[in-house]
Amino acid sequence: MEIKMEYYLVISTIMLFAGIYGFITRRNLLAVLISVELMLNSVDINFVVFNRFLFPGEMEGFFFALFAIGVSAAETAVAIAIIINIYRNIRDIQVRHLDRMKH
Amino acid sequence: MQITIHEIVFFILAAVIIGCSVLAVTTRRILRSATYLLFVLFATAGIYFYLSYSFLGAVQLTVYAGGIIVLYVFSILLTSADNRRVEKFLLGRFFAGLVAALAGAAICVYLTVTHSFGPTYPLGGELPMSIIGEALMGTGKYQYLLPFEVISILLLACIVGGILIARKR
Repeated sequence: MEIKMEYYLVISTIMLFAGIYGFITRRNLLAVLISVELMLNSVDINFVVFNRFLFPGEMEGFFFALFAIGVSAAETAVAIAIIINIYRNIRDIQVRHLDRMKH
Repeated sequence: MQITIHEIVFFILAAVIIGCSVLAVTTRRILRSATYLLFVLFATAGIYFYLSYSFLGAVQLTVYAGGIIVLYVFSILLTSADNRRVEKFLLGRFFAGLVAALAGAAICVYLTVTHSFGPTYPLGGELPMSIIGEALMGTGKYQYLLPFEVISILLLACIVGGILIARKR
């Protein structure tokens, strides 16, 4: 049997919606960030798969995935810096307690 | 129907990605969640190697699995010292998330399977490193020096921002 392009897309779709489920249900800020990471990763798979199967002579999807990996690394670093700063201020990183920062 | 070792590898990668990404968002303990995310990232790198984009797989391994996961583990250990309790379970939020995820996944999988993407090409050979390097460092059409420089500025801004935000006052 042959591995078709749709198989990869179904995998990345399941990964994306696992991330969306986690983004809605989790209440720890770091767990929310992990869900965002799953979503970004699934989109990278899509870029690479479209590049490989539909336009194998070009490299746009390849480079977009490469730069997306770099951007998501930067985003994670800044988000974790913010989370550690929040923890230092209010000793908690549950989402429902974050409105304490207003006062 | 003949199943070769090539396809077995693909299905193992697919099973690891699906199983671990679902486990990463359903487990209640945050450190386990990060560990399952690590397995998902490894399997994604495996998919890149499988598609014979070895450079991208290596970048995925070093940046994601090597860098980001270490950052996650350290920040989890830094921020969960005194609240070791497991997250509480909210029924309403759980059903909202479950319905949104299942409905969205069903629609997207249906559209993906029924849509015709036109002719697809079989898996080609490895993309040579010299071609990647020339495309990354060139200034012509379909070459990527400007995004490369922009992302270096972005990373510099992130270093400065991370130090400014996270330092002790």
